[in-house]
Amino acid sequence: MKLTLWTYEGPPHIGAMRVVTSMQDVHYVLHAPQGDTYADLLFTMIQRDAARPPVTYTTFQARDLGKDTAALFRQSVVDAYERFRPATMVVGASCTAELIQDDPGGLAQAIGLPIPVVPVELPAYQRKENWGAAETFYHLVRALAGPAAPAARPERDLVATARERRLSCNILGPTALGFRHRDDVIEITRLLAELEIDVAVVAPLGASPADLARLGDADFNVVLYPEVSGTAARWLSQRFGQPATTEIPYGVAGTLRFAAEVAALAGRELPATVTAMRSRLPWYSSSIDSNYLTGKRVFVFGDAVHATNAARVARDEFGFEVVGIGTYTREFARDVRALAAEFGVDALITDDYLDVEARITELEPELILGTQMERHIGKRLGIGCAVISAPIHVQDFPAAYSPQMGFEGANVLFDTWVHPLMMGLEEHLLGMFRDDFEFNETRAPSHLGPGARGQMTSTADVELSWQTDAEAELRKIPFFVRGKARRNTERYARDHGVAEITVETLYDAKAHYSR
Amino acid sequence: MSAAPDKLAVARREILRERGQREVFCGLTGIVWLHRRIQDAFFLVVGSRTCAHLIQSAAGVMIFAEPRFATAIIDERDLAGLADANDELDREVDRLLARRPDIRMLFLVGSCPSEVIKLDLARAAERLSAQHLPDVRVLNYSGSGIETTFTEGEDACLAALVPELPASDERRLLVVGALADVVEDQFRALFTELGITAVDFLPPRRAVDLPPVGPNTQFLLAQPFLGTTAEALKRRGATRLAAPMPIGDEGTTAWLRAAADAWAIDPAHFDRTVAPARRRCQVALERIKPELDGRRLFLFPDSQLEIPLARFLNRELGMTLTEVGTPYLHAEHLAEELTWLPADVCLSEGQDVDRQLDRMQAAEPDLVVCGLGLANPLEAIGIATKWSIELLFTPIHGYDQAGDCAQLFARPLRRRAALEFA
Repeated sequence: MKLTLWTYEGPPHIGAMRVVTSMQDVHYVLHAPQGDTYADLLFTMIQRDAARPPVTYTTFQARDLGKDTAALFRQSVVDAYERFRPATMVVGASCTAELIQDDPGGLAQAIGLPIPVVPVELPAYQRKENWGAAETFYHLVRALAGPAAPAARPERDLVATARERRLSCNILGPTALGFRHRDDVIEITRLLAELEIDVAVVAPLGASPADLARLGDADFNVVLYPEVSGTAARWLSQRFGQPATTEIPYGVAGTLRFAAEVAALAGRELPATVTAMRSRLPWYSSSIDSNYLTGKRVFVFGDAVHATNAARVARDEFGFEVVGIGTYTREFARDVRALAAEFGVDALITDDYLDVEARITELEPELILGTQMERHIGKRLGIGCAVISAPIHVQDFPAAYSPQMGFEGANVLFDTWVHPLMMGLEEHLLGMFRDDFEFNETRAPSHLGPGARGQMTSTADVELSWQTDAEAELRKIPFFVRGKARRNTERYARDHGVAEITVETLYDAKAHYSR
Repeated sequence: MSAAPDKLAVARREILRERGQREVFCGLTGIVWLHRRIQDAFFLVVGSRTCAHLIQSAAGVMIFAEPRFATAIIDERDLAGLADANDELDREVDRLLARRPDIRMLFLVGSCPSEVIKLDLARAAERLSAQHLPDVRVLNYSGSGIETTFTEGEDACLAALVPELPASDERRLLVVGALADVVEDQFRALFTELGITAVDFLPPRRAVDLPPVGPNTQFLLAQPFLGTTAEALKRRGATRLAAPMPIGDEGTTAWLRAAADAWAIDPAHFDRTVAPARRRCQVALERIKPELDGRRLFLFPDSQLEIPLARFLNRELGMTLTEVGTPYLHAEHLAEELTWLPADVCLSEGQDVDRQLDRMQAAEPDLVVCGLGLANPLEAIGIATKWSIELLFTPIHGYDQAGDCAQLFARPLRRRAALEFA
């Protein structure tokens, strides 16, 4: 049992819903008690979908448990087929139905519907949302593309093919409730067109079962969100010999690496039109106004793919100092640990919001690149936060075109990451007039309206006191490291039996910890 | 009310009973408002990741940085018997209480999975109470979807409080149902003016201030969904004062009068006392009435407030009722309400959401009251909606909130009229 205040991911059947709701002509019959229908509002409220998700819930109650819940499930499948006439049906159980072990897959297949019925078993007490999405997508791909698979893995010579005709690819991974997936697909489709690559199928977002059936026709796969499409892409590679991309087109450098990878598949060089300067980020970042971004201490947390890529962009394209990286995606913990090692920081692999909060409090970054959860942590601690990853929130579906990937995505990253910070000259003025009565560091950035930054509080107990001049000296230290300086000094004082902190103690501690 | 409701007429009324997919929340959702109401209580759901995700989603995602609710998520080790679920629970409760020394009452809230694996939370609560009293009292109730629909979670929670109430033989009035503080203050002031001063509210604002109960307690239900709580109070010797719900001018007046009659308050004094508030209420409603008069209303089942609301919107604001759905109809507690509903309205209990959506389309309503899962899809096909959860989060009871309550229904219509592209 694990105490949880907030969760980064829903249960795995929510992942299945995200895949099914992304698609056309697929219906999901979910063996679930009353109340699990709350999941509909994720789609209709957060994503503002104009239609209900294509999901039928069996809605069993306590009084059904002693009777025949299997019959209730069978009837729900029959009724859902009659009413919605889908081309494919997915069946499964939510956490409670898993416990009563009715075997939805077996029951549904025994009905003999004239359409493919794809059972998905998602262990709700072990796994979570993204895993559920990946598993559901994989099973749908296997069931629908499988019949067209050749007996042996075909050898593909993409370079030779590219000499004869344009290559085509599938874009795999975008789903409903994905972080900016809708706009990323548009951006990456444009980029691929410039590379003279046709997009055959985008899946699951917008795909029908017929589209999944022809996935094998494309020359290769673009794995945009490995958390969702990694498993399916590996299977397609084994059965259809389709290579899959490994670069994520995030940030300018990432986009260039991705474009080069795709061009290389076709045996070409990167076209001259695709350059770093296609995005404003490199120039904005090197223009002198951005000088103040240098070495800003940044903490990065999110799903593994967004967190690792954002950390790279933060360091290499913004000139930030990444002081911590973490993810809630345990499935990709190894990648995050590797990157953290490269950056010389500790990786935080956790889905416990309190752990993340503790780490941020300890690190005292100047900016958080995180999820909506970290935005709340930042609000409490007076630290700016830009949201880079799900869990999803209604604010993550902006009306404007706002991809995260590709060159336009890099522009969006620049705007959204810089926004929570104090603007360049404003920060310099603060440094200059540190104790100005109306313009001081307890103020929020002027463009973010009134409000006070959180006070960096003393952890001093009664035995420890600060002399007035020591306190005054402390205030001369820039506010973003002041909390740390205060704590270090107090720790030093405690360790050395100093009851009253003087200016001397402050500098002794500074010397002690700088070693 | 002067005449007793015509029970025969109520019984004769045809009710469409349906069974199928229900587009409703489970009882866990009540935690979202109950934890704001009882300010020193913590709600610990013993359930699955789905439960945690539901509350987080229903609460509008993280409105409070550190909330007074959480989920102890059951994992495979608990199910496989590798870990003793009770030991695990004790450990998590210790961790939680160490972190939150301000907590005086802890509710262990049962969920679908905890019910199905038959985790005995009543015994767990006893055991934990023995450990943590007098600092923290530990109680339990079920908010599971297999047993409770949406507001029934509040019913289960309040029923769990009843055995804990101190005993008293004093003649007292008890108002039952979570109300906004502002509403509670208004009712208390009105009762005082009427001459009823021994008035308590359940749930109290602080768990340490539990109201007394006994054979001389008479209680008024402020919400229609408190069947189990009412039974529990009767077992403690209290008696229910039959009344409609205090929604709208008419409902509030009849509700207050039920108490006034029981306390033998002079009818003239009653009329004089409530007159200023009634006038204010009527003025507020008159202003909004033109926007709602004659408009067709369809209510999907959700909060059990549907019948009192339909009655108010029909009788005081002139709306035409098509179908009034309710997840559960408590015939005894709603007897007065039912006599006030027009005879030709379609009453439905339970739900088969797809069939009900078909009926809704056929009824051509101007305004539909429904849950959050249905609202945007209906707006997208041009139907104005009012989400029912707002009726639990907004003070709607009493004279001075009747106008606000009517506004909740007028605003979606006004908005559609105001928008060029709606």
